Amino acid sequence: MSVGIIMLVHTALDRAEKVARHWTASGCPVVIHVDANVPRKTFKEFQAALSDVAQVRFCKRHTCEWGTWGLVAGTQSAAEMMLAEFADVRHVYLSSGSCLPLRPVQELKDYLAARPRTDFIESATTSDVPWTVGGLSHERFVLRFPFSWKKRRYLFDKYVELQRRVGFRRKIPNGIVPHMGSQWWCLTRQTLSAILEDPERETYDTYFKKVWIPDESYFQTLSRLYSTNVESRSLTLSKFDFQGKPHIFYDDHLQLLRRSDCFVARKIWPHANKLYDAFLTDPEGAIKMTEPNPAKIDRIFAKAVERRTRGRQGLYMQSRFPHEGYEHSITSGRYSIFQGFSELFEDFEPWLAKATGAQVHGHIYGPERAEFANGQKVINGALSDAPMLRDYNPTAFLTNLIWNTRGERQCFQMGPMDETAPMWFVAKDPNAQISVISGAWAVPLFKSNRNFADLRQEAAHLQKLEAEQLKVLRSIWAKARIRIWTMAEFIEAPMEPLQTIIDEMGGHSLRRLSEAPKMADLTGFGQFLQNLKNQGMHPYLMGDFPVAQPGLNQPKPPRKPYLVQ
Amino acid sequence: MLFRALRKRRQMQAVVDRTGQIAPDDILGAATVRNEIVRLPYFLEHYRRLGVRHFLFVDNNSDDGTREFLAEQPDVSLWTTAHGYKQSRFGLDWLTWLLIRHAHGHWCLTLDADELLIYPYWETRPLKALTDWLDGEGVEMFPAMMLDMYPKGRLSEQRYEPGQDPTEILSWFDAGNYTIQRQMPKENLWIQGGVRARVFFEKEPRKAPTMNKTPLVKWNRRFVYVNSTHGMLPARLNRVYDRDGGEFASGILLHTKFLDTIVDKSREELDRREHFANSDLYDDYYKGLIGDPDLWCDASSRYRGWRQLEAMGLMSRGTWL
Repeated sequence: MSVGIIMLVHTALDRAEKVARHWTASGCPVVIHVDANVPRKTFKEFQAALSDVAQVRFCKRHTCEWGTWGLVAGTQSAAEMMLAEFADVRHVYLSSGSCLPLRPVQELKDYLAARPRTDFIESATTSDVPWTVGGLSHERFVLRFPFSWKKRRYLFDKYVELQRRVGFRRKIPNGIVPHMGSQWWCLTRQTLSAILEDPERETYDTYFKKVWIPDESYFQTLSRLYSTNVESRSLTLSKFDFQGKPHIFYDDHLQLLRRSDCFVARKIWPHANKLYDAFLTDPEGAIKMTEPNPAKIDRIFAKAVERRTRGRQGLYMQSRFPHEGYEHSITSGRYSIFQGFSELFEDFEPWLAKATGAQVHGHIYGPERAEFANGQKVINGALSDAPMLRDYNPTAFLTNLIWNTRGERQCFQMGPMDETAPMWFVAKDPNAQISVISGAWAVPLFKSNRNFADLRQEAAHLQKLEAEQLKVLRSIWAKARIRIWTMAEFIEAPMEPLQTIIDEMGGHSLRRLSEAPKMADLTGFGQFLQNLKNQGMHPYLMGDFPVAQPGLNQPKPPRKPYLVQ
Repeated sequence: MLFRALRKRRQMQAVVDRTGQIAPDDILGAATVRNEIVRLPYFLEHYRRLGVRHFLFVDNNSDDGTREFLAEQPDVSLWTTAHGYKQSRFGLDWLTWLLIRHAHGHWCLTLDADELLIYPYWETRPLKALTDWLDGEGVEMFPAMMLDMYPKGRLSEQRYEPGQDPTEILSWFDAGNYTIQRQMPKENLWIQGGVRARVFFEKEPRKAPTMNKTPLVKWNRRFVYVNSTHGMLPARLNRVYDRDGGEFASGILLHTKFLDTIVDKSREELDRREHFANSDLYDDYYKGLIGDPDLWCDASSRYRGWRQLEAMGLMSRGTWL
C-alpha cells in the first residue's frame, strides 16, 4: 500500500522536479498537474526532465487562476489518473509545487498506514469558522461569481452587490451542506473515488463552478457525504496572513519547521536552498512516530498578525503612524504627571522616587530645559534636554520618552509656566495619571524675594495659564485619570491623596506610606494672598486660606515630617 | 520633473555601459557619487551580497580614482558628468534618466555611497526574497529610514580602511529621538532626529536633516523621486506606513557619513556649498564637523543588528516572518 502524491504546479518547475524525485525515490507515485498558463515549451522541458522517473505522470492541463474552478478541475484530472494508474495507492495527498516534505516519506507512509480509513481534510461549516477574508463566507455558496477577483475586482464587487440587492440566492443541490477548509488534503481511495464517480457529479460540478474559491470547498463539502472518518485537519502546514495570503518559508525557518513535526509545509520560497537541501535528503536513524505539532508555529504567526494589525502601542515610526483616534493607545505605557507638588513640598521628587521606585523627573516641559531626573542632559534613546528640540514637537517628545523607557514608570512635574506641554494630548491619554494641586504655583512666589508689583503680575499670569490647563483637564474629552485639588483642600489631609495616587501607580508595593514629604512652611501665606487681593489681583485657584490661620501665626519650630501609622 | 531628467541627460557621458547584461528579474542599484573611493569597496560588497545584480553609477567629477575603480567593476555601468550636483537636484535628474532607460520593471535601489540598507532577516534572506514577497503583497516600495551611525570619541580618532565594515567603527546611534510629521499633499512622513538633530540643530530643529527614505522601488518609468529619495511621485508611493495602528515592513539605511574622512570632506563641502534646499543653513553644521567633534553621549546605543533595531521600533517586520 502506498501514498500517491498529486502536485499542482505553476512556477519554479525546477523545484517541483526535485520534490517529485524525492517522493518517487521513496516509492510514492506522483501525478503532476501543470497550469495551462505555463508555456508549452517550458512544460515540454519539464516533462523531459522527469522522463527518467517511471512513477511520474502528467495529467490533462487546465488553466488555473486563484479562486476559480480550474484548480479543482486540475485536481480531479490528476486524482482520476492517480487512482486509475496506481492501483496500490490507498491515500492520495494533494500538494503544490511549493510544498516541501519535512519528514522522511517513510514516516508519512507509516502514519497513514496506521490510519487506513481516515480522511485528513480540514472541513468546517461556514458559520463555524472565522477565517474567511473579504467578508464572503456563506455567500460564496449562494451567489454567482463569474468575474475574476484578481483581474476584474470592480466587476466582481459590483456583481456581488447587485445580487445582494435583488436578493439573488442560488439553490444548493441535493441539500449538501457547504464546508470549507484548507485546500491541501489527504483522502483515502474510497472517499476520493466515491466523489469522482458519483452519479450526481455533473450536478455538483456545475454548482461548484460558480462558487467562489471552490478549491477550498469542493472536496471539503463532498467528502462529508462519503467519508466514514473525517479528521478535520490538514497534514500540510500552511499559514496565512491576515489578508489570506500564504506565509512563505525561508532558510532561517529551518529549525522552526523541523520542530513542527509536520509532514509537509508550504509555501517554500523557491530560492530557499538550505531548506530544500536539508529536507530533501532523507536523514538516517530512528523514525519518529510523533504527531504533527504546528502549535509553536501557530503562536509565532498569530503574534505576527497582531503586530501587523494592531502594531506596538504608542510607537510612532516610519511604517506605523496611526490616524488620530485609530490607535488603541497613544502612548506605550503608564506615566504620572504631578502639578503643584514640588511647589508645595520641599523634597517631593526624591520622596516620590523613594516611595515608588519610579523614575522621577522635574518639569520636563520647563521653559529653560527638559529637567530630566538627576540633571541628565540626555536620557534613554538619546533624547536631549534642549528646549527647542523638545518644543519642535512636544507630543513626539513625550511619546519618545515613554517609549524609550518602556518597563519603567515615568513621573514628571508640570506647572502653568510649562507652556509647551501638550495638555490636550495627555488629557486624552488613558495611560496618564494626572494629579494637580491648583494654585500651588503661588508658594514659590510667596517664598521669593521679589518686588510685590512683579509678584502680582506673575501671579496673575500663572493663574490665567493654570486656569486654561484645568479647563482642558476638566473637558469631557479627557480620558486620563485626573485628580484636582485646590491647595487649601490638599493641605488639610495630604497623606490620603498621596496614598491614593501611589496605590494607583501600583506595581511597587502596597504598603502604607511611612514618611510624608516635607511641606513648605506656609506661615504668612494667607496674608500673602490677602496682599494680592488688596492689589486687585484675585487668587482663587488655591481655595480659601484665612488671613490668619490659627496656629500658623504663632512662632513655632519648623514642621517635622510626621509619621503615619 | 521627468522632463528635467530628459533635458539633463545630455550632461552625462557614458564611461562604461554594461547595461546589456541586465536580465529581466535583476535587482539594480543606482547612485551618484563624488570622491567615494574609500567607501565604494564595502558598498559594492554589501549590495552584491544582498543580490544586487547590476549597478548604475553617475560619477560627478571625482578626482580620487572613483571613476577608474568603478569602470573596472564587472557589474557596473558608469556615466560621468562635470555639471553641478545641486542644479541637477543633487544628482537625481541624472539618475532619473538612467532609471527610465534601464530600470523600468525592475526592483531598484537608489542610494548614496554612505548608505547601507538592512531589512528584516537581511543576513539570511537575499533582497530577492524581500522583493518576491513585496510582489506577492502587491506593494511597489519599501521604506528605510536613515540611521546616522557615529563612533565613540572624536571623528578622526579611528581610521577607516577601504573594504572594512564601517559599523565596526561607527557602532553607535541615537535610538529614540525622532519626530514625525505627516505632510500633505504627498502624504509622506517627514522624519527628523538622530545625532545630527541632537548635536547640530538643537537651536533650529526644523532645519535638521530628513531621515525617511524610500530606497527600494519596483521602478516604473513614470515614477520620480522628489527631494533626494525622501519622497516620491505619484503620491501613493509615499504610503509606506500603516494608518490604522498596524505596522508595515520597513528597513534601515545605516548612514556611514561620520567616518574619519568627514572632517576633510566638510571643509570641501563648505567651499562647494552644494547641498540641500538652502546651503547657508548647513554652514554651521559643516563648521561643527570641521571641529572634529565627539558625537557620542551616555545615552547612545550600540548597534547589535536588525533585531535590536526592530525591538527599538526603528524598523519592523510587518507580516514578513
